[in-house]
Amino acid sequence: MLRLPRLRYLRPRSVAEASEMAASNPGSMFIAGGTDLVPNLKRRQFDVSTLISLNALPNGTAVVGDAKRGLEIRAGATLDELAPHPALDGPYRALAQACGLVSTPQVRVMGTLGGNLLVDPRCNYYNQTYSWRKAVGFCMKKDGQICLVARSSPRCWAVSSSDSAPVAVALNAQVTLHGVEGTRTIPAASLYKDDGIDYTTKRRDEVITAMHLPAVSGRMTSAYWKLRRRPSFDFPILGVAIAITWDEGVVRHARGALGAVGSHPVDITPYLAPLTGARPGEDLIVGVAEAADKPSRPLDNTDLSHYWRKRMTKVYIERALREACGLPPLEGRLSAQVKAGAS
Amino acid sequence: MTQPTEELSIIGKSLIKPDAFSKVSGQTKFADDLALPRMIYGRLLRSPHPHARILHVDTARAKAHPGVLAVLSGDDLPIKFGILPVSQDEEALAGEKVRYVGDPIAAVAATDEWVADEALDLIDVQFQPLPALMSIEEAINSEGEPIHAKGNVHKTVALEFGDTDEAMRAAAHVREDTVFFEGNTHLPMEQHAALAQVAADGKLTLWTSSQTPHYVHRALGKVLEMPMSRIRVIATPNGGGFGGKSDIFSHELVAAKLALVTGRPVKITLTREEVFYAHRGRHPVLMKVKTGFLKDGRITAMQFQSFLDGGGYGSYGVASTYYTGALQATTYAIPRYRFEGVRLFTNKPPCGPKRGHGTPQPRFALETHLDKVAEELGIDPVELRRRNLPKADSRTVNWLRITSIGLGECINKVVEGSGFLTRRTSMPKGRGLGFAVSSYLSGAGTAIYWNEMPHSEVQLKLDRNGGVSLLCGAIDIGQGSDHILAAIVAEVLGVSLQDIQLTTADTDLTPIDLGSYSSRVTFMAGNAAKAAAEKVRDRLFAVAAKALQCDADDLIARDHRIARRGRPADGMDFAQAVQLAEAQGGGVTGTGSYTPPKLAGPYKGSGVGPSPAYSYSAAVVEVDCDRKTGEVRVPEVWIAHDIGRSINPMLVVGQVEGSVYMALGEALMEEQAFRLGLHKFPSLLEYKSPTALETPIMHTYLVETIDREGPFGAKEAGQGPLLPVIPAVANAIYNALGVRIDEVPITPEKVLKAMHDKTKRVGPKSVPAFEFPPLIKADVPDEWKGK
Repeated sequence: MLRLPRLRYLRPRSVAEASEMAASNPGSMFIAGGTDLVPNLKRRQFDVSTLISLNALPNGTAVVGDAKRGLEIRAGATLDELAPHPALDGPYRALAQACGLVSTPQVRVMGTLGGNLLVDPRCNYYNQTYSWRKAVGFCMKKDGQICLVARSSPRCWAVSSSDSAPVAVALNAQVTLHGVEGTRTIPAASLYKDDGIDYTTKRRDEVITAMHLPAVSGRMTSAYWKLRRRPSFDFPILGVAIAITWDEGVVRHARGALGAVGSHPVDITPYLAPLTGARPGEDLIVGVAEAADKPSRPLDNTDLSHYWRKRMTKVYIERALREACGLPPLEGRLSAQVKAGAS
Repeated sequence: MTQPTEELSIIGKSLIKPDAFSKVSGQTKFADDLALPRMIYGRLLRSPHPHARILHVDTARAKAHPGVLAVLSGDDLPIKFGILPVSQDEEALAGEKVRYVGDPIAAVAATDEWVADEALDLIDVQFQPLPALMSIEEAINSEGEPIHAKGNVHKTVALEFGDTDEAMRAAAHVREDTVFFEGNTHLPMEQHAALAQVAADGKLTLWTSSQTPHYVHRALGKVLEMPMSRIRVIATPNGGGFGGKSDIFSHELVAAKLALVTGRPVKITLTREEVFYAHRGRHPVLMKVKTGFLKDGRITAMQFQSFLDGGGYGSYGVASTYYTGALQATTYAIPRYRFEGVRLFTNKPPCGPKRGHGTPQPRFALETHLDKVAEELGIDPVELRRRNLPKADSRTVNWLRITSIGLGECINKVVEGSGFLTRRTSMPKGRGLGFAVSSYLSGAGTAIYWNEMPHSEVQLKLDRNGGVSLLCGAIDIGQGSDHILAAIVAEVLGVSLQDIQLTTADTDLTPIDLGSYSSRVTFMAGNAAKAAAEKVRDRLFAVAAKALQCDADDLIARDHRIARRGRPADGMDFAQAVQLAEAQGGGVTGTGSYTPPKLAGPYKGSGVGPSPAYSYSAAVVEVDCDRKTGEVRVPEVWIAHDIGRSINPMLVVGQVEGSVYMALGEALMEEQAFRLGLHKFPSLLEYKSPTALETPIMHTYLVETIDREGPFGAKEAGQGPLLPVIPAVANAIYNALGVRIDEVPITPEKVLKAMHDKTKRVGPKSVPAFEFPPLIKADVPDEWKGK
């Protein structure tokens, strides 16, 4: 079988200790659930000498707060804990949906929210064994010079493949990072950079400790739609997260983000502006969805073709908007069913 | 003498198979579970180029690496081998040339897998890359260096039975279709693994996850230049085979050689990626089918062309090529038939046999073709099939002998069960029903290497206490062949399954069985087991009859007793009869064997296709299509299978359901896709295969035709039921959306493209220009003369 590289394994007892270990061990990486990291290490996608485990950090409550005060979610909470969590059943439902749609039940039992937020961007030229990558001539993300998806590109186009990331952006979440220089809390959107290699603003020694969902005044609805070949365990090849606040049936504000069509979660909030002040009906939703797929720029580096994924963007925006607006699912019975089956 | 059904006590019952408890409790030892004292690990260095000449291999640095015990390259194993005598074109380690990314070049044995991996990186290979030929068209049109010295054309076939051109001219209706079936792989859960050990006296033992230990035994003898008597091959329980472990693999030969060189036990377990390179899976096939009909829908003639993308080596490819043209006429009464086939070498992992070997592709072509014809003729697709059914006890125009046929009843079952005829015209938006039928062999009628010997043999040895040792070369690949053998012997001897002790697939201990391929084990090893058991039983009956002072014909064996028919008290315990027999004549043993009847027709190439019996299947598939995305879901499948007789209905249903599942994967998702000369995604995550969530509700109907030559009337179950499902999916999509996807897999993007294209079709438009050899015009059986 594929073997892990020879590694040192450290197990800090506090976040402070974890950050210090990271700072004093160049070439180290944090490991939480390990569901993405371990197979990637077996394929030598990282050069790592030391793994710093986050699984012995003090365990708090997974979720604190409510919609009126806002929620604080422990980054080490597992996806399996969050998917059915009652605190995520209302306005923040999109996050529960996203957590419940990640991979398989086994992976969700191990995988954490923090780990999912920071999933290493994927590319089917990169998520391959060392010998495969060697045969293809390596790419700039690891061991090589060029991008194999777009050969003249100066940057890496690996795909942001987190389900929770676009939801965090749509919900206007914030994340708290703890490092050797102290603690900071930043908007989820600014956790990400549009680059397949240098994809996060998190510093090496920083650990995500919590995600904060803002307090909701009045009514808010949210929805997450995920496109993938098999609803049982695939990564997203498109994700649509929508969050809408309402004043008596009228849209106060609509936010949205796309996953898996770029190297970071793509904010589509500006394209949802026509919804503001409206009581969205079918036609308005179709019109908004038609335009909102503009920043979706899938490339040929995931499952299925990028043409089709681009085409599906407006279909899925429409479906997610309908759900967030409380309209019945369209003839897209198939996806609705799959979604219901998974959540 | 076959017992009447009502007297059977084990056959026909859904009993728990003998290996079930060890499988579910994790006690089964698969090849990779084996470990021996002082064992070391082997690893293979594989080609990074799809096509290249090897200029130089330098193993010095790897040999010097601490922990490395041996390094091999092509020069160490120069003798070529191949599963078919006509295709001895593989080397355990490529010497002069590599022909696909993943072709093994060198091997190391080291104290652990980490060291072995490090050593692989220290082997220096100089290549001269050559242009890669990655498709049928490229292989045909290439003017550069061919993949093998004799050219890129591996095999051609051109046969005609009756004047098909004349029949086409006279036909009331003629239709021609061109379709493509993409390649896909077996995806067994257990990766291939082999462990080799050399005893102090020099005898070699190889444990391997193989469907064909006998052929591995022969290849080891040839490549290692050792007498076969000095080699023992033990096939370990297969964690899935599906045809993917029925070839001879580099890692088996290399593990053996490394054990000989180092004197230590050597294990090689392939990674999942390497399993994709070992492959031998479904051939991509481009096909053209042209059929002539009478006004009433009866077929007058068929012309079929196949272009097979074979990958880098021969493997079973010659047989695969014939199979793409062999079984058209066992399913339909075709009075005149022409088949032209060609297999091309390409720079991909070699293709070979996967469940249905060479027949799912033409089945897809034929059944979608007939669906279109039915619409053109205004005949219901079910009725069109019914008008063309072959007869029981007949010969096809290409000389295949049909014994029993339950296809008509299979059709009735699925059509009634699904409500096909009434529901099909009134399906809700996006929903559709599709129908298709098929046939398959119950074992290939000829061996892989020509010989006059039996295809299967079983030995029995009876214990004084009534236990029965059963020895047979067959290997259980999960399909339940161990149960079949035990059940047949237990039935004949009137003992229970628990009394049977099985020893299988060990070339030192067990008599020959050719292997678990071509759906042959139930039929052939089953007949051998029955013959062996009847011999032993007859001996017991003779001594018992004497003791009981009755006629041996008056005795039956049942419930651990040998007693007079209808008078169970008038008899003796089974163990008592064994003791009596042993006292009178020594050890109670018996051997049975099975040799298929000679069935080949009077023409060259008639060896592929004949089988002692054919199974039949019919399927109705329901689809639910998303018209915005093109996604297709299959909520329900109705499938009927003519099994001859179910020896264990639970196992038969398991094989049928597994076939449906595998077929849906091929129909909708699975494909061996290549980019830049490499397999695009050799991993379980990215090679998309369905999961439990995609698996539909299945209604399985078993049709029993009690074949006169099958053991207790049984025919095959392992492969045939896959066949009708794939075209039924395509036909259902047409019913749902009005689009024809003449290309497998049917991905959402293809469906959407067809919906928005004015032809309402996605699929190949033509076949490449290729000059087939002159047709061999074969004689036809008497019953087809003048038709």
